[in-house]
Amino acid sequence: MAVMQGINPTRMELSRLKKRLVTAVRGHKLLKDKRDDLMKKFLELVRRNKELREAVEEKIMDVYSGFDIAAAVMSEAALKEALLLPKNRVSLEISSKNIMSVETPIFTFSDSSSSEDLFTYGFSDTSGELDASVAALKIITPYMLELAQMEKSAQLLAQEIEKTRRRVNALEYVQIPDLRDTIKYISMKLDENERGNLSRLMKIKDMMIAEARKKDA
Amino acid sequence: MKSKIAVIGDNESVIGFKAIGFDTFSPEDDSPESAKKLLRTVANDYGIIFVTEQTFSKTSEIIERYKDAPYPAIIPIPGKEGPTGLGLSNVKHSVERAVGADILFNNQ
Repeated sequence: MAVMQGINPTRMELSRLKKRLVTAVRGHKLLKDKRDDLMKKFLELVRRNKELREAVEEKIMDVYSGFDIAAAVMSEAALKEALLLPKNRVSLEISSKNIMSVETPIFTFSDSSSSEDLFTYGFSDTSGELDASVAALKIITPYMLELAQMEKSAQLLAQEIEKTRRRVNALEYVQIPDLRDTIKYISMKLDENERGNLSRLMKIKDMMIAEARKKDA
Repeated sequence: MKSKIAVIGDNESVIGFKAIGFDTFSPEDDSPESAKKLLRTVANDYGIIFVTEQTFSKTSEIIERYKDAPYPAIIPIPGKEGPTGLGLSNVKHSVERAVGADILFNNQ
């Protein structure tokens, strides 16, 4: 039994603790619901995250091998030169979405060029593999952004779940039992005082009666 | 809020991303210090930072620091050498952190 320290066994304290217990129980229930719902959302998200990551990783590796072939055909300097000055500008817009009071980011992007306008080099001294790789990379860009958004959201949700779980556990295994024990301790102490008082009164009454009889006799 | 996208990794891995309009950065040398320095400077100006797994493993302390902030989102991508599984294990860590056990990957 873990009774809280520094608490006086008084009626004031008792009613204060009872109020706190009600709040704690209510808070515990709410936090538990929050945790369960967060968990549901998180698992959904992370499952899709895993699939998307596998897909994106595979696609990126395809692009790399395209660039490898291009690099093999062209000189390194020519390849660098071809890609040195991008014509395309990607701008990113960050907004946020509230999932169970967790602010998660939403990434939307816009780029300045259409797909025909993508290439920053003349076709005469670059290889065809390079064109294909750059085009393929552009196609996977939205997937990469979606992956970034999902993964960041999953991280933030995981953090929130961890925090909520700790709070639930602290309430369930520390705060609420402590409050219950202390309430029990105080009410027992008060009852004990009550009994002590009662027996003292009875004893005094007995003594008074005995004295009154002595006087009468 | 307007922001930008960065890619950090070795020269050969990131060169393609330059063509589609991402800003690319490469550490000066192979040491973890230069990678960390680079990431620290980039982290303040960009909303999403894709980091190749090789660089990611060198800078994990810094990345850990940004994990609980809403941005930047620092996301590992495979480098030229191929996926090392670090990206997926990163997702796995999130699951372990939230659930307490790995229930999604079954120790793959």
